Amino acid sequence: MGKTIAEKIIEAHVLHDTARVEPGAIVRARADVVLINDVNSTLTFRHFENMGGGAVAAPDKVVLVCDHFAPAPHASGARLAKDLRRFAAAQGIKHFFDAGKGGIEHTLLPEQGLVGPGDLVVGGDSHTCTAGAFGAFAAGMSWAGLAAIMILDETWFRVPEAIRIVLSGDKPEFVTGKDIILKVLQDLGVAGGLYKSLEFSGPALSQFNMDERMGICNMAVEAGAKAGIVEPDGQTEQWAKTYCKRPFNLVRPDADAQYESRLEIHVSAMRPLVAKPYSPGNVVAVDGVKGVRVDQVYMGNCANGTITDLRQIASILKGRKVAKGTRAIIVPATQEIYRQAIAEGLCEIFVEAGAAVTTPTCGACFGAHNGVLDDGEVAVATINRNFKGRGGHPGAQVLLANSFVAAAAAVAGEVVDPADL
Amino acid sequence: MVFEGQVHVLGDNVDTDVMIPGRHLSIVEPAEMAKHVFEEIDPGFVARVKPGDIIMAGANFGSGSGREQAPLGLKALGISCIVAVSFSRIFYRMAIDLGLPPLVCAEAVRSATQGERARVDTRTGEIFVGGRRYRTQPLPDLVQDIISEGGLANWVRSEVERRRLKQTQPPDGYGKPATRP
Repeated sequence: MGKTIAEKIIEAHVLHDTARVEPGAIVRARADVVLINDVNSTLTFRHFENMGGGAVAAPDKVVLVCDHFAPAPHASGARLAKDLRRFAAAQGIKHFFDAGKGGIEHTLLPEQGLVGPGDLVVGGDSHTCTAGAFGAFAAGMSWAGLAAIMILDETWFRVPEAIRIVLSGDKPEFVTGKDIILKVLQDLGVAGGLYKSLEFSGPALSQFNMDERMGICNMAVEAGAKAGIVEPDGQTEQWAKTYCKRPFNLVRPDADAQYESRLEIHVSAMRPLVAKPYSPGNVVAVDGVKGVRVDQVYMGNCANGTITDLRQIASILKGRKVAKGTRAIIVPATQEIYRQAIAEGLCEIFVEAGAAVTTPTCGACFGAHNGVLDDGEVAVATINRNFKGRGGHPGAQVLLANSFVAAAAAVAGEVVDPADL
Repeated sequence: MVFEGQVHVLGDNVDTDVMIPGRHLSIVEPAEMAKHVFEEIDPGFVARVKPGDIIMAGANFGSGSGREQAPLGLKALGISCIVAVSFSRIFYRMAIDLGLPPLVCAEAVRSATQGERARVDTRTGEIFVGGRRYRTQPLPDLVQDIISEGGLANWVRSEVERRRLKQTQPPDGYGKPATRP
């Protein structure tokens, strides 16, 4: 019987070849990457000590990133980063990225070539699934589980069922990877992918570059999925040859792989989509929220602060101004993207337009700092969640959208279709 | 293990942001986390929970962000176990690892009303709500082991010890310690 991408990657990492890798089975497996951020740090390391501590079994697999409370907005946030720094030094972990040296973990990981096709990745952050864009099986997990994997160099997985999502047609202007995943959320709902692997394939995929694929996989978890994986193609191979620091394996599904269900998305007729408060699954066409007044536009997160997003934003903001009464915040995802945006003149366009360009951080995406909202405020954001209170005050409202729609809202001061600008 | 307490009924898709908002993610002491549970959507929740109480929730409980402060805060507040129609997988795994049993039983949840008494047996999968009896899948053995050891930390300590014994055992496997997946 044929296997899905998730099944094949897990199979290549199981510890006992007697274990049958099939949906529902629980297997013991090795991971290639263990991703830990500053929010995970103190509690994860406390588990590590409670488990007996000692030396990390495979320190080169561990990647530590200060991104959530970075740069620290308060002393308790600074303490979390301090614990991450201390652990890195004590354990001799070379992949440690402090504020100003890295960026947001999920964009940083591929940029640094620390993840590749065929890898099995675990992380303390739910958006660890972003790495599926590169043909990896990547899943968020418990923080105690992270501590355990650092000690035992293995963990357990329930092999997921899979949904095949097939993209066809021609990508219209102003439609991005963000719209693909919003469409999936509209069709499956926020629990429709629970425990499953969402596997993206089809002839239209080639029109979405690696950055946009990150935008697709990033929100797989918003459908409840364990992983979102893009079937590797020529672009993936080219990317891997350029960036990967370890050998990689382009894992494609078998022709007779068993999928639980199949979802077809014809992109030709698509228009940009928006998720209304208070659920990423509350998706409507941008026309459905046209004219909604916007107090703030926040652009950038673990998958939408890429150079591709910044170029999309710049294409809208160039020669225009952020509307009176509206504020715009732009967050490049990594230092390298920031540098490139400066080199390409994008930052100048942003500053000229009247946008605040900030250092890479998770910041306001999780309602902590760098652009938090007050009661009654409305924001358009390229982030991944709009739950009650997520943006700051529980009375604030966040609409999720792609970078074109967000930048257009900044200019218009209200939600508009970028095509009408 | 058997848990008994008063029921708190919650709806579908309860996300971890409402359980504990992002700005509190620099809190590392469970007792402190407990003070903020559901503070924005139900400020009276913390005062209503008594040690041993049981949450009965709808589908996709614990969705969204994977943050240990959510299950840790609930546990520190005194919640002994959670029965839901379904769980978000990261929350599910976190709850197990912290020794807070998550059980899936839609019938029990649908019948439950706020304030009723419930009794949950994780080993048999038997759930009593206000005297009505329901049956669900007991938790898998590995999960039972982790929960009865009080969480993953103690289980890992035992596993490290099992490995140590395995390394020192005679090559013919005599006296091989019991290992579990």
